[in-house]
Amino acid sequence: MRSFTYERATDPAQAVALLGHHPSARFLGGGTNLVDLMKLGVETPGHLVDIARLPLDRVEESADGGLLIGATVRNSDLAADPAVRTRFPVLSQALLAGASGQLRNSATTGGNLLQRTRCPYFQDITKPCNKRRPGSGCPAREGAHRDLAVLGHSESCVATHPSDMAVALAALGADVLLLGPDGERTVPLTGFHRLPGDAPEKDTVLLPGELVTGVRLPASAAGLPSAYRKARDRASYAFALASAAVVLDVRDGVVRDVRLAFGGLAHKPWRATTAEAALRGGPATAAAFGHAVETELAAARPLRDNGFKVPMARNLAVRLLTELADPDASALDHTDPRRGDR
Amino acid sequence: MTTSRERALGADTVRIEGPAKVTGTALYAAEHTPDGCLYAWVVPATVARGRIVSIDTAAALAEPGAVAVLTHENAPRIEEPDDPILGALRDDRVPHRGWIVAVAVAETPEAARATADAVRVTYATEDHDVVLTTDHPGLYAPETANGGYPGSRERGDFDAAYAAAPLTVDVTYSMDPMHNHPMEPHAAVARWHDGRLTVHDSSQGSAVVRETLAALFAMDPAHVTVISEHVGGGFGSKGTPRPQPVLAALAARYVGRPVKLALHRSQLPALVGHRPSTIQRVRLGAGPDGVIRALAHEVITYTSTIKEFVEQAATPARTMYTSPHSRTTHRVVALDVPSPSWMRAPGEASGMYALESAMDELALVAGVDPVQLRVRNEPSHEPDSGRAYSSRHLVECLREGARRFGWRDRDPRPGVRARGRFLLGSGVAAASYPVVITPSTAEARAAADGGFLVRVNATDIGTGARTVLAQIAADALHAPLDRVRIEIGDSDLPRAPLAGGSWGTGSWGWSVDKACRALRSRIEAAGGTVPAEGLSASADTTDDVQAGTEFARHAYGAHFVEVQVDRDTGEIRVRRMLGVFAAGRILNPRTARSQFIGGMTMGLGMALMEGATIDPVAGDFPERDLASYHVPAHADVRSVEAYWIEEEDPHLNPMGSKGIGEIGIVGTAAAIGNAVRHATGVRLREVPMRPDRLLPHLG
Repeated sequence: MRSFTYERATDPAQAVALLGHHPSARFLGGGTNLVDLMKLGVETPGHLVDIARLPLDRVEESADGGLLIGATVRNSDLAADPAVRTRFPVLSQALLAGASGQLRNSATTGGNLLQRTRCPYFQDITKPCNKRRPGSGCPAREGAHRDLAVLGHSESCVATHPSDMAVALAALGADVLLLGPDGERTVPLTGFHRLPGDAPEKDTVLLPGELVTGVRLPASAAGLPSAYRKARDRASYAFALASAAVVLDVRDGVVRDVRLAFGGLAHKPWRATTAEAALRGGPATAAAFGHAVETELAAARPLRDNGFKVPMARNLAVRLLTELADPDASALDHTDPRRGDR
Repeated sequence: MTTSRERALGADTVRIEGPAKVTGTALYAAEHTPDGCLYAWVVPATVARGRIVSIDTAAALAEPGAVAVLTHENAPRIEEPDDPILGALRDDRVPHRGWIVAVAVAETPEAARATADAVRVTYATEDHDVVLTTDHPGLYAPETANGGYPGSRERGDFDAAYAAAPLTVDVTYSMDPMHNHPMEPHAAVARWHDGRLTVHDSSQGSAVVRETLAALFAMDPAHVTVISEHVGGGFGSKGTPRPQPVLAALAARYVGRPVKLALHRSQLPALVGHRPSTIQRVRLGAGPDGVIRALAHEVITYTSTIKEFVEQAATPARTMYTSPHSRTTHRVVALDVPSPSWMRAPGEASGMYALESAMDELALVAGVDPVQLRVRNEPSHEPDSGRAYSSRHLVECLREGARRFGWRDRDPRPGVRARGRFLLGSGVAAASYPVVITPSTAEARAAADGGFLVRVNATDIGTGARTVLAQIAADALHAPLDRVRIEIGDSDLPRAPLAGGSWGTGSWGWSVDKACRALRSRIEAAGGTVPAEGLSASADTTDDVQAGTEFARHAYGAHFVEVQVDRDTGEIRVRRMLGVFAAGRILNPRTARSQFIGGMTMGLGMALMEGATIDPVAGDFPERDLASYHVPAHADVRSVEAYWIEEEDPHLNPMGSKGIGEIGIVGTAAAIGNAVRHATGVRLREVPMRPDRLLPHLG
């Protein structure tokens, strides 16, 4: 039987120390992904350090108007946080677009960032997968890959990162706060997740033994119009086929600032820097939005069955940009009051 | 006994076992744990085709708690089964990925799983063929399709009539494989004692499981008891005996202790059947008024290499509309895939998707309202058999549905109802399901205290069957419902057919009604009082059922739906579903409504999201959990209304009922597809209609 030991950490430094004592230990947060992977045999930790009760469960406004989100804040709580809802709506919307109510009640901020791909080959230990067993191959290229990557993938891996939250955080320009055996460090969220390259087993730049302690949202994005929209196979409890997060600052018809990130397209939240650069300082028109987004997506290399993601992502982004640039024009869209239509 | 009494039938009675279910005291198969029970876990094949060269169980048997590993080399011999998967451990052959190559037995479920994981199997693999194509060289015309229907039927001269028809539609629809995925995965607990075998099994019919086990183990059926007291859904996947009772019994015999085997959700797709994909060409030749002169429905599908199952998708076209010249055929190819089988409304759900979509296409070609088109094609007699209908109220369903839905105000033009990024549209489709009645027996006992006990081996798979049978008994006995106790779900009870084919209530109910009437006569003959030792009566409807009928008997319905399509993403959401059904007498409006809306919801899933992939490389279904195999979530089901019309039909059974378990899923996908066409102008001809399929067609 696959036995493992378990202990509960009481403070972050102790958690890091406890993890270091065991060669095959994992941090356990909400357990919504790790426990599933343990049942599937994908993860076989010998030791679990439960960090769900660390005193990192608060959302605090910083003096400069930013926000500090503890790593163990539950997704539901974060989505409902008044400061998040009013000043960073894209984050609240992204969280509520993810998973189900039950999962959001359990899942943590740190754990959400560290979710593994839902690629079916990664989750099936009877099949090859370069991410799970480096060098074993990637059957997804020839097999089932409708849900998988169109941007930034490599010969060795076409997996996507499943998080909605992380896409909003990428657009907001968040930082990830880490604590490791050698102390604290901060990594920009856009640099936290990796592209697969020839080392798809590494999802992130997290070093061995490092703990995510929180996420910091910059004041620069606070209060700006922002929104998240996700396309999926059903109205709830489905991963993104494609999603877009937008933060947009328009004054007098000119784009002062824009941050755009895509989900469901790549091994990481895809920050659309090419599109942003094209838009910044230019006119906030549908034509400009369309042109900029298409420039970004020109890098897409779809597989046999997932080419639809490119126009889907384009449409999502252009619609969001257009709506945020001119909120009155989108009033007609709300044919159904349910948030599920977002 | 009183003469003036309230009728139980037709009353909105809550489920008898509801309190037991919601308080957790209702025990499902896997919740029975005999003393000394061990746990089994199956080892699935990891190749799509080949032979087992060797199985190394040393590491497995070294696992803590491991008791045994059964393989084809050491498993006790059983007789050859009708369904080869029940004999999975009889030889070294692997006909599809996920096939059972070993069964691990251990002291705990966790140990059993670890033991199974540690079994090392070496295979000699062979090339596999898992892809259905319209020109597959292995396609052949089967003698019969599922249900015993002729594989092919020709009436008149289709080719000539079609060639001469002023209006024609020639369209091909396809459907991905679908999984049944009942809430309760398949499970069994087997115990040998005193030469007898007792099995708790999650099954739609314990009588067939009992007979199968008796045959496989070469036993007198009287020495086998199979209990399926509470069953958490089946949708056909528990209608035929599945591997779990056989393997649990086999393992229990091998280890000499009771054994529990619960299949994991991920194992269901390969082991308990599924709805196969179909490619369906429909040709309609009509007069300028839209009245059909020639109809061809030609179905291509697949089966496995070990068992012929032919989804009878061309059969609804034989009975549905006027069609003087008709061709309805099936062709099938055996692939290296798990055996397909029954899934809710086999044949009707698949075939009516194509036929009712094609009817919508004909309506557009003819410029006739799709409700009116169906009215015009109403046959006077069942086309294929020439028989009169015992009752047929499709037109009434269409008209009542149109009235309730507000169909009259519908602008038929496609693609003109934009609301922001959404396009709205509405669609209609008809539904039909045959009335089948199967012989059944039942027993009724009266006690001196005024209580009654009714015994019948019916199965309640969540439908409310137990409750409705008690209502039938109460009325036949002229007794209040609370004086009737009912026993079902045990093969030691009077024999009755499995829960399937929407025949349960009509078949079981007939025998219950007959036994109860006979008992009432006895009580009356005894002077109206029940003696201390009680009275009893039995009934067998074999003769009644075999007397047959001169009528064609079907239930009918009409679906109306409104959809919204997101132009940016191709996401389709159903805003409203409304079904009107004509299914004889509705015996319990509460449980009936649940059946209708459940079927409609499953139809929504079939239309929009339920679809499995057959991985051409690995040869299996990659979607093996409910996160990746999508069924409707609550947010997908916004407004579902089910209504029925009063239908008196004296040619059915004493209750006057038609089956209602399946008709809700029939036609739903067509209505949704027709609404998508109305919303967008795009005709999608494959289900599920996922965003990736629609978006490329949206401008």
